This record gives sequence, structure tokens and C-alpha cells, in this order.
Amino acid sequence: MPTLFLFLPAVGALLSLMLPRHREGDARWIALIFSTLAFAVSIVIFIWFDPDQAGYQMIDQFTWINPGRGAFEVQYVVGIDGLSAPLVLLLGLLSVVAVLVSFSVEVRVKEYFAYLLLLETAVAGVFLSLDLIQFFLFWELELLPMYMLISLWGTGRNRYSAMKFLIYTLAGSAFMLVGFLVLGLAGGTFEIAVLTEAPPQDALVPLSLVFWAIMLAFLVKLPVFPFHTWLPDAHTDAPTAVSVMLAGVLLKMGGYGILRIVLPILPDQAHDFRVILAVIAGFSVIYGAVITLQQRDLKRLVAYSSVSHMGYVLLGIAALGSLGLSGAALQMFTHGTITGLLFVMVGLVYERTHTREISEMSGLMHRMPLIGTVMLIAGLASLGLPGLSGFVAELTTFLGAFDAHPAATIAGIFGVVLAAGYILWTVERVFHGPPDEKWAHLTDANRWWEYAAMGSLVIAIVAVGIFPSLLTESIESGIEPIARIFEASA
Amino acid sequence: MNGWDLVHHIGPTIALFVGAGVVLSADMLMPRGDAQQPRSGAPLVMLTLLALVVAGGWALWHANTGTSGPAFEGAIVMDRFALFFIFLLIATTAAVTVASTEWAKDLDLKGEYYALLLVAAGSMSLLAQGNDLILIFVALETTSIVQYVLVGVTRKDRSAEAGIKYLISGAVAAGLMIYGFAFLFGTTGATSLDGIAAFVQDGNEAARLPLTLGFVLVTAGFGFKMAMVPFHGWAPDVYQGGPTPVISFLSVASKAGGFAIALRLFYNGLGGGGTFISEDWAIMFGVFAVASMLFGNLGALVQTDARRLLGYSSIAQAGNVAIGLAAVAAGSTLGPSGVMFFLGTYVATNLGAFFAVMAISERIGSYEIKDYAGVMKRSPVLAGVLMLCLLSLTGIPPTAGFIAKLYVFNGAVQAGEEWLVAVVAIAVVNTAISAFYYLSWVRTMVLEDPAEETTFRATGPMQAMLGLAALGVLFFGLVPAPLISAAQRAAETLAVPLP
Repeated sequence: MPTLFLFLPAVGALLSLMLPRHREGDARWIALIFSTLAFAVSIVIFIWFDPDQAGYQMIDQFTWINPGRGAFEVQYVVGIDGLSAPLVLLLGLLSVVAVLVSFSVEVRVKEYFAYLLLLETAVAGVFLSLDLIQFFLFWELELLPMYMLISLWGTGRNRYSAMKFLIYTLAGSAFMLVGFLVLGLAGGTFEIAVLTEAPPQDALVPLSLVFWAIMLAFLVKLPVFPFHTWLPDAHTDAPTAVSVMLAGVLLKMGGYGILRIVLPILPDQAHDFRVILAVIAGFSVIYGAVITLQQRDLKRLVAYSSVSHMGYVLLGIAALGSLGLSGAALQMFTHGTITGLLFVMVGLVYERTHTREISEMSGLMHRMPLIGTVMLIAGLASLGLPGLSGFVAELTTFLGAFDAHPAATIAGIFGVVLAAGYILWTVERVFHGPPDEKWAHLTDANRWWEYAAMGSLVIAIVAVGIFPSLLTESIESGIEPIARIFEASA
Repeated sequence: MNGWDLVHHIGPTIALFVGAGVVLSADMLMPRGDAQQPRSGAPLVMLTLLALVVAGGWALWHANTGTSGPAFEGAIVMDRFALFFIFLLIATTAAVTVASTEWAKDLDLKGEYYALLLVAAGSMSLLAQGNDLILIFVALETTSIVQYVLVGVTRKDRSAEAGIKYLISGAVAAGLMIYGFAFLFGTTGATSLDGIAAFVQDGNEAARLPLTLGFVLVTAGFGFKMAMVPFHGWAPDVYQGGPTPVISFLSVASKAGGFAIALRLFYNGLGGGGTFISEDWAIMFGVFAVASMLFGNLGALVQTDARRLLGYSSIAQAGNVAIGLAAVAAGSTLGPSGVMFFLGTYVATNLGAFFAVMAISERIGSYEIKDYAGVMKRSPVLAGVLMLCLLSLTGIPPTAGFIAKLYVFNGAVQAGEEWLVAVVAIAVVNTAISAFYYLSWVRTMVLEDPAEETTFRATGPMQAMLGLAALGVLFFGLVPAPLISAAQRAAETLAVPLP
């Protein structure tokens, strides 16, 4: 089943590339069909997933590289647990949304959708892989589609941003590879499940170095201060769909990597450095929020708010307790839907006004009441209004982190206050105020794919806000084995 | 051992040398063309390919019957290790022969060109079999001389200049190498690698300095072939000035030959990991690897000419392979097969890149990377293959280059030396640097608008070779196990039991 989810989009990408020139437009439909199929598969995976059963489920495994004679054996092994199940669901959902908001793409349509689908496969590979080498392969596979999508279909300084994204990610993942190879040598295998069972106690280089080598890649990806500078650039210059994918699922690769690989395999080092992580997290939350307040560009604003929000994820992780970790995992899902929706809305506004300067917009509520309302919902969810999904995640994170890191948690809570500031202030400036004459010709969301994209994400946000147990059951089953490691050592 | 056995042991080389003679004779006997009706090169191509097929068949015969062992008083050995490189060289030569048919049509010295390719392949095959310093020197010099001539084969200014540059740096390198051989012989009293190995095993600490001097100097000769820092100086100039088909041959065959003999000398002759001097040469190759990668990648960053960029890229890639050599010395069991697997994938990748550059530049009339703007629109197939090969050179999945780097790096970490982990860390950072120039090139091709809209495609033979290269890059990226196994089996024969 996971294999199906992994390769459906790749098949779609190939089909889309094979379209003849004069029927290029059909790539939209191919992409929609395949991403919807993949979404359906992800729902089935989520429903079939049994939270009461320990360990990985629905495992597909065979030896991918087996040269014999004890040389370099690499497994192809994918599986689901409580940690990856919600993220797979999120990926399925956001990919459909990304395809939908791309329906207005007119340039090089088939290549665009091929890259978008390839991106989905790459991210799916990261979430599903249970072998370090395979994980790394998909981690790197994600670079090319992202690079192409930003530099070909982006705007502004897109080439600069694409290259910056690429170099940051490659530099981070470079050290991750070294870390993986050292772990592989120390543990005698690259299989995550085996390494989790028996974490290496000693390695060629000090394990704390290995910890930071691997951590660096994930912190860059998350991103947190001071590794975040690629994110606003990439977001600002990327097409809407790519921003949705970037904020929605690509950033989650970082948090997921920490939860899946770093904490279980290097628990002692994580314990040693938890205070540093909490400090980084607390600082990121405040720093991100303060910078967000100063933004004049709507998309940059949402991008910086991501830095702040991903700080919560790291904060929850640094708590190293079941509540904090659950909060972090939940925050990854909710941030994916909320920020995904925010970027969709920014994209819709930009498509109409052709500007992202906040100061140029005013009173848009009169012209586009629906877009304004949905933007407000997304904003309220983002600042953590009870009843919407952001609240549940943030509350859980703070509850879990307070005992371990009171100062950082207070910083985090202060970040929520700032978030309320920048969100409400922005909505006020853009959508309220006197209607500007120059925007009189603008229309509200009026195409079916716009409705579909907004609707699906709003439903997800409200549903998780009201029934958090939809997710928490699965997440807790995934967090439990990790939390147990730290409870045992504490 | 009777006469036939001797011939049989160097069968592939003989086939290639005889083939070269036949091609030259045929060239003389064929009627001269005139300006209106230039002479067809087709018969020469056929003869060249025939020689390659015979040599390949002979090598297959060896592979199947498993004949192996020394001949000519131990001066050469026929084993799986040699066969691996012989196959690699024959495949390279065949690919270059086919891909360059179009280019060679305008060449005055057609017969010489094909004959020299065969001689180069033959002497490098012999080099891969070499087990004695004297033979190694002779085979290496034969290769070099042939390649000097090949670089100057068009007799145009740039080509001749490149040939001279190559000759001068090659002569210096050869001089240093023979000086190194003298040290090795003087210290150990043997020219055969087995004799040297026996001496090294005794672990005479007093011999450490002359031995170290010897192998550092010897590395000059091999490093020249590999285009490894500090013996890399010729690469950018010669790559830019020489005829592109010849350079495509040089860039992979010469590198493979250099690493083949380096592996054999250091692994067999100096005893692989675990002798009293293996640590010394492990560190030497580690230093050279780091220097190569840094110099090659930083140099490539500022290049605007496609061939020059590939020249620097070739230096950087030599650094990657040298990590494998350092791992061999440090005692990694994955070291030798890592070097061989990397070279195998490198043949497909770099030939693909060069062929695509050749075909594209011929049409757009420029080697400047900025003139590659929009080639993706004008010729999706050529640009697609070039893009794939550049991704493979960077090491991005799912290409062969990704697995190759992974395998070499993993082999280095497996050696269990802390400093090698540091070398690997530098190597992976270099990968990030190299992404900058490889992908900028890709971006120019894909993203920018073409100067003109006319579409073009490569000739039939060229397309076939490009297709094969692309297939190789993807196949070994997705299913690397067969090539890794072959490299493993070949590497196992390398360690000859000591008397």
C-alpha cells in the first residue's frame, strides 16, 4: 500500500511528460487524477492503520542493492506508523490542493505538473522510508523538482532563490549523509527499525558530532534561526502551489526526520543537547514573529510566520516527553493545513491584484468576501483560536514543554501574542478599511478549483480543531515508543 | 607455458594492436578522395569496430573460462580485475568511434585517428594487466604518446597547442614516475609487483623513506593520467583546445587506466591495507583527493566554456575516486570495488555529457555555456541527455552518479579511520559546491530563451550512443547491484596470495 502511494505520482509524472505538445493542457487532468488517486490511497492507509498495534505496519520490503559478499546492502523498505500516517494523509491532501491551485498555469504545462508530481513522490519517500540510505535518496530527489519549479515558474528573483534553496539543502544534507554512514558502520545496518532497537553506543567519531551532523540537515529544513534565510526567499519567489507544498509538507521533513531518526537512534545526545534545542526553538519563535511583524509583502509575511511556527515544533521536540512530542507532531500536521491554506489565499489575492504589497491593498473584503472570510479563518487558526486545529497543537506543545523548558515555553506563548498581532493587523490592512477604487474590477473566487482547494483545507482545519482525536490517537501511538526511551533514561 | 598461452594471455591487446595495423593498411590502400567526393570513412569505422568486437570477444572468452594468472615471467597477469578494465576500455573506445563518425568525415587523418584509438585502447588494456614496473612504464608511455598525437590530430592551431601542452606536462610526469620506479627498485631490488610486495611485507622500517619517496613520485605519473591535483595542470587547457571526440575518450579512458594501474600497484605491490607504509599512502591519497575536489570545483565555478568546465569537473571527480584509493590503503574492503564501480558509472556519465556537448555545440557553433540557452526547446533529446549526465555528475538520485558517490563514501567510512570521515565530509560539501555550476548549466539550457527557434537533432549513430549513455546512467542508478557485484568479483582477484 505505501508503495502504491509512493509511486502513483511518479507514474503520473511520466505520463504527463509523454503527452504530445498539442495536448499539453491535459497534463492538468493527469495530475489531478493521479494526485487524487494518491490522496485516496493515503486515506485508505490512514483508515487501515491500527493505532493499537505496535511497530510499523503495511511494510513493503525487499533488498534493493544486494551485491553479495557483505558489501553495501541497501533495503527498499517502506512502512507506516503513527508518526507517518498523518503526514502521509497531509501530503495526499496538499498535493491535490497544489494541483488545483495550479490549474491556471499556462507555461510549459506538462513539465510543470511532472515536476509537481515528482515532488510528491520524493516527499512521500522521505515519510515512508525505513532505511537511512533510502531516506537520503528521497531527501535528495526532492531537490531537482523544487529547484526547477522555483526557477522556471517562479517570480521575482526566482533564480537566486532557487539556487539558495538548493545550496542550503545540499549543504545540510551533506553532513547528514556523513552522519548516516557513520551510524551505518556503527550499527552494522542502515535499517531504521534495527538501529532504533539497538542504538549504537559508540562510533568512529563522537556520537555528539554525528548528532549535530544529522541535526543540521533537519534544522535547515525545518527551518529555525539561524538557518532559515532560504525560506522567505524560496517562498516569495515560488509559484503558489510550490509555496503550499513547501510550507505544507517539505518543512515537515525536518521535524519528521528528528522524530523518526535522531531521537530514537541518538537518544542520549538528544537528551544532552535538549536545552540548546529549546533555546534555538524559543528564539526562533520570537525572532520569526518579530520579523513577520515588519513584513510589507504578504507572501513574505506568511513565510516568516512559518519560521515562528516551526519553532513550536522544535520546542515540543526539545521537551522529550510524550506530551511535547505529540504536540510537535500535531503542530506539523496543523501547520501544514493552515499555512497551506494561507498560501493558497495569498496566491488567489495575488492572481487578482498582481501585487503582494500590503500597503497597496485596502478594503478587499468588499470585492472578494469569500476570499477574505477564508483568509480570516486561516489566520485565526494560525494564531491558535480555540475550535480550530492550531489551538490544539500549540496548547499540547506548551503543556508538554513547560516543565522541561519554562523560559522557552514562555517565549513561545509570547510568540502566540505576536502572532495574533501580525495576523489580525494584516487581515485588517488588506481586507478592511475603505475600498480602493483601483480594485473595483476584482472578482471573488469563482472557479471550481478555487472552491475545491479552499474548501478541502477549511474542512481539515475545522475538523481537527473540533475532533482532535482524529489525529491524536494515531500520533500518540507513534510517539509512545519514542517517549518511552526518554522516560526510561530519566 | 607455450607460445599460444602467452598470446592468449594478452589476446585483447593483440587484437587491438593488429586491428590498428589493419586499419592503417586499409587506409593506405583505399583510393584517395578529392574535394568533390571526399573519401568515405565507413570501411575504417567497420574495421575499427571489428577489432573491438574481436578484442571484446577474447576478453569474454577469458571471463568465461576463468583463465587467469601470470605470464611473461610474471610481467603481466590476466585476472578479473584486468578484464573489468578491458571491458570498460573497449566499450569506451567503441562508443567514441561510433559517436565521432560524423566529426571524422572532415578529418584528413581518418585512418590514423581510428588506428590510434585502437592503439590507445590496447596499450591501456596492457596497462591494466601490468604487474611489473618496466611493463607498466612501457604501457603507460605508449598510451601517452598515442594520446599526444590524438590531441593534435586535427592539425589546427588550438589542437596542436593543446597537444604540445599535453606532451610537455606528460613528459615531466613520466620523468617523475620513472624516478619513483628507480627508488622502488633500488629499495626493494625487484621490478615485479610481487617482489616489491614481498619486500614490503617484511616491514623494514629503514626502507620507509625511500619507499615513500618512490610512491609519491610514481603517483605523479598516474595522477597525470587521472587528472588529479597536483598533476592536473593540463586538463582545462587540453579539454578546451583538443578535438572534442578525442577529449571524450581521454576523459574517461585515461582516468580509468590511471586508476586501474594505481590500484594494482598500491594494492598488490604495496600490499593494500595493513602494511607498515599503507597509512602513509592512504594519507597521501586523502590529501590529493581533498586538493583535487577543492581545486576542481572552485575552478569550475567561474568557467564559461563547456569543455573547460568539464575539464575542471574531471579534476574534481578524480578527487572523488581518489577517496576510494585512500580507503583501499586504510583497509576498507569496499575500497577497490568502490573505485571500479565509480569509474564504471563515470564512463557512461561523462561520455554522455561529452557526446551531448559535441552534438549541441556543432549545431549552435559555440562552446560557450551562455549559448546553450534554451537548447531544451530546440533539441529536447540532446539537452535531456546532457541534463541527466550533469545530474549524475552532481550526484543527484536516481542517477548512477548518486549511487557511485554513496558507495565510495560508504567505503571510506567503513575503513574506520576518523580522518577519512573528515575527508568524506569535505567531499560531500564539495558536492554542494559542484551543484552550483552543474545545475546553473542545466538552468541555462532549460530556463532561458533560445537565440533562435530552429530545432535540431543529432545524427543516427550519435543518437544511439547518447541513448546508451543515458540508459546506463539511469540503469546503474536504479539497479546498481550487477555492476557492484562485477566490481566486487574483480576486486577480489586483486589480492594475490603472497609467496
